[in-house]
Amino acid sequence: MLNVIEDSTVNPVEQFLRTDRMPHIWCPGCGIGTTVNSFSRALVESKVDLDSIALVSGIGCTGRVAGYVKLDSFHTTHGRAIPFATGLKLANPKLNVVVYSGDGDLSAIGGNHLIHAARRNMDLKVICVNNLIYAMTGGQTAPTTPGRATTSTNPYGTFEPAFNLPALVDAAGAVYVARWTTFHVRQLARSISEAFAKKGFSFIEVISPCPTLYQRRNKMGDGLDTMKYYKEKSKVKNGAPTGEVGLTLNGEIAVGKFVDRERPDYQTLMRAQYVESLGERYIEVTGEAEPEMECACG
Amino acid sequence: MKADPRGVLTGTHFIDGDHACCEGALAAGARFAAGYPITPSTEVVERFASRVPTVGGSFIQMEDELAASIALQGGVWGGAKAFTVTSGPGFSLMMEHIGYAAMTETPCVFVDVQRGGPSTGLPTLPAQADMMQARWGSHGDYEIIALCPNSPQECFDLTIKAFNLAEEFRVPVMFMMDEVVGHMTEKVVIPAADQIEVVPRKHTKKSIEEYLPYGTNGDMVPEMAHAGEGYKFHVTGLTHDERGYPNMTPATQDKLVKRLQNKIRSAADRICLLEEDSLDTAEVVVVSYGITSRVAQRAIDLARERRLKVGKLRLITAWPFPDKKIADLASRVKAFVVPELNLGQMVREVERAANGKAKTFAVPHAGGGVHNPDEILNAIVEASRC
Repeated sequence: MLNVIEDSTVNPVEQFLRTDRMPHIWCPGCGIGTTVNSFSRALVESKVDLDSIALVSGIGCTGRVAGYVKLDSFHTTHGRAIPFATGLKLANPKLNVVVYSGDGDLSAIGGNHLIHAARRNMDLKVICVNNLIYAMTGGQTAPTTPGRATTSTNPYGTFEPAFNLPALVDAAGAVYVARWTTFHVRQLARSISEAFAKKGFSFIEVISPCPTLYQRRNKMGDGLDTMKYYKEKSKVKNGAPTGEVGLTLNGEIAVGKFVDRERPDYQTLMRAQYVESLGERYIEVTGEAEPEMECACG
Repeated sequence: MKADPRGVLTGTHFIDGDHACCEGALAAGARFAAGYPITPSTEVVERFASRVPTVGGSFIQMEDELAASIALQGGVWGGAKAFTVTSGPGFSLMMEHIGYAAMTETPCVFVDVQRGGPSTGLPTLPAQADMMQARWGSHGDYEIIALCPNSPQECFDLTIKAFNLAEEFRVPVMFMMDEVVGHMTEKVVIPAADQIEVVPRKHTKKSIEEYLPYGTNGDMVPEMAHAGEGYKFHVTGLTHDERGYPNMTPATQDKLVKRLQNKIRSAADRICLLEEDSLDTAEVVVVSYGITSRVAQRAIDLARERRLKVGKLRLITAWPFPDKKIADLASRVKAFVVPELNLGQMVREVERAANGKAKTFAVPHAGGGVHNPDEILNAIVEASRC
């Protein structure tokens, strides 16, 4: 496969990118590109068959990831990356399905799908880039915006409580939950690799700067200042109870692998149930091409 | 190609329209459905959930209709033929994804077993008031196909047709049932698999290097690839070029949206299925569809007993609308009578296509039941006098 670094003169992540679509739309100092770099390095490390990966995004700044990766990639509707990914996985169980989207997309408009996919333990790898704000639309309050942060729709400071996403998906049943910042590029890549090796609902939150809208409006400096903040304020707390890892405006950022447990995934349970109830009458969906699909080409 | 025999329950059955629709989907090759329970449509997916594990497919009940209507599209790009089933309130929630299917050219079927509305309305009683929503419900310019069965047999036959049209044109097809047709039990004959024509996916034969996901080469329907085959294609609801890449310019928008429209409009004559009776001699033509066409038949029979020259035009395909047929008839008949279980939807289309050359008489009904044939008869009598 391609995902082996042999030529040191070639950027190892270039093979995963649609370079014909560069330059990308992300702002200077934005962390999304950094997460794509970590994701690409995880593809190298995990040696997963690139043909087997389908990447699904919703709408927003992170939603644009689907358009820049050289994989089967789907830029779906706002909030609905997870149910689209669910359909893909059920129709072709051989696919490694990655959902790559933002905090507003996944936890606000798509929040219902997030908790139900975690409950089902659908075999999806969810990478949630959390910039604490709606960035594409101009910096409005998100369910993740920490209290007292200033946004375009809470110009006097937010006051509604924010979601603690690791706690949310942990409670809903995710088997793998980690959080890193865009300062933690290697740890993030390792977590993504671990998620590829894990069967079931994996959720990796990446705290990421939006210098244009969040950092600027909250007088937190530029992208580099944010890296310093992440470096100083992040504390690795592997295995921490997720109820204790909520974020505040300027406070500590708990990072690490919070949850890594075993629970049968949706398709394992489905197969077991059908085999028990239907015996030999059950015909499993394998993802192999149907004979008639061959005819379709002819 | 012929139907996969695993999905075909060959024989003579006594089943309702919802169950027949499910059998049609299975015969057409549907191997994935995502749904959310809603009366009066749920029996379709209940039967599918029972049948599909034994034919090599899967059903998932999603958390809402938004999820169901996009999960099915994930299933399509994963290689399955897929559909969802709903009724008015759920259909409203699915609108965004009908637009997504139109824009991304995802072949799929949306079954809407219509009930009275607006809002929660009449969950257990019929209407035909989603006809305009089926056509125009999602934002932006796009075309869909909509079929209207009037019997359980047609729920079987036309569901196969719906899947075939979806695949041929890579378009979402609306299957517009109503509560009466859905819950009416009649004889349904399911032929042998080798008697059922099924349109396969328009899968590309091109190499990975050659393949352009939205390249058309003069044919207005692009070839598809599925996830996992190595093509590494991109699909987006954004305005996109032939590579499938976002390209938000007026020129790309114009080219794409016009093609989405023209691929259906240019084939409208072929897509428009109509049932016609005595149109050659008619002075008045009753235009109807779905369950109302069966009530209208009684009114037509009564009118003929009175020696009125009445013709019948049944819209089996509601969208694209048979403009040419109506325009042609309008030049030689006095009037159209249009009964429907809504306060005036398809009658607007008849009026538009008739373009003032023949009068149009609406026979509205707010839903919750079907017309009394006398109401339609009275309209025919009035129309005959004009």
